[in-house]
Amino acid sequence: MGKQKSAITREFIKGLWDENPVLISLLGLCPALAVTNSAINGLAMGLATTFVVVCSSIIISSLRKVIPHQVRIASYIVIIATFVTVADRFMAAFYPAISKALGPYVPLIVVNCLILGRQEAFASKNNVGRSLLDALGMGLGFLMVLFTLGTIREVLGSGTFLTYQVMGDWFQPWLVMVLPPGAFIMLGLLIGLSNWINDRRAKA
Amino acid sequence: MNIILIFISAAVVNNFVLTYFLGLCPFVGVSKRLSSAVSMGMAVTFVMAISAAVTWLIYNLLLVPYHIEILEYVSFILVIASLVQLVEMFVRKVSKPLYDALGIYLPLITTNCAILGLALFAVLRHYGFVESLVFGLGAGAGFTLALVIMAGIREELELADVPKYFRGAGITMIIAGSLALAFMGFSGLISI
Repeated sequence: MGKQKSAITREFIKGLWDENPVLISLLGLCPALAVTNSAINGLAMGLATTFVVVCSSIIISSLRKVIPHQVRIASYIVIIATFVTVADRFMAAFYPAISKALGPYVPLIVVNCLILGRQEAFASKNNVGRSLLDALGMGLGFLMVLFTLGTIREVLGSGTFLTYQVMGDWFQPWLVMVLPPGAFIMLGLLIGLSNWINDRRAKA
Repeated sequence: MNIILIFISAAVVNNFVLTYFLGLCPFVGVSKRLSSAVSMGMAVTFVMAISAAVTWLIYNLLLVPYHIEILEYVSFILVIASLVQLVEMFVRKVSKPLYDALGIYLPLITTNCAILGLALFAVLRHYGFVESLVFGLGAGAGFTLALVIMAGIREELELADVPKYFRGAGITMIIAGSLALAFMGFSGLISI
């Protein structure tokens, strides 16, 4: 049924599942693992990354005929770093607690290969509208995985969801889930699950 | 003494890959062969030590005196990108065998988040010049260690019967999780 959709819609939809940055292309793994010890952190990181990828895609696709080919990567990085600084200052000013929890991972959005990858692969070759849709889809696909991973790890690791208690008294929190090993193992399981779903869809 | 503690802390206790999740792209991408893992580890350690020193100088001699810390991210990433270029040119001129060994891995390092992460952590922790340099060397050693262990396991894994849906990235993540679990054993060693 996906085949009848117009090309424009597909630019947006593909980032959500078929070319999901984390599960399929394995891009942006560092933030996906580092900040997902709670659902709210995953959500905040996803929103910040979406903001940066959308804004940089708009700027870069509108400047794509002006930026010289030889220095394009450096130019992209400067544009991305500028928006990351904006996002970082915004969070520090309005959501200091989350900004503190995310720590150096907010500035590290600069080197998130997902963002540079979209500029190089898409925004530098397409017009502003299509680049915007592409960036929005990729950003939301990233956000979705981070929020899912954060939710699973928070529920299993601390028995809470968005800091509300969801598990009963009988529940013994799996401490390992909020620690680094839990992040790796849970992402591995999610990748396996997405492979299984894709396989089922291909057969159906 | 403090210097030794910083080195050990960066190398094993707070391993960059396994506890901070920095440098995961090369960790997944270049850990298929033991030999390339060693080369990549060397290249990263080399760039880490130099960039730790240079970003310290930039931050403390340029950004702080002129009160332009807001340019921290932009200037760090530019410095790292040009540094990688310079190092590549320098290595090619000075040592051909080393260049052939590191060759294709050098340009990839620009987008290695461990390098920028290192510079940011050094600023956050108010390290001095020598401390930053040692921190860079330790983090590089830790990265190499994790990469080499991973490559060793993945070479063996080719003979193993991995469930179909977990082949490739899935099983790599789960192995990394087990490694991280093992490295947590070091966590009581030093507290920095």
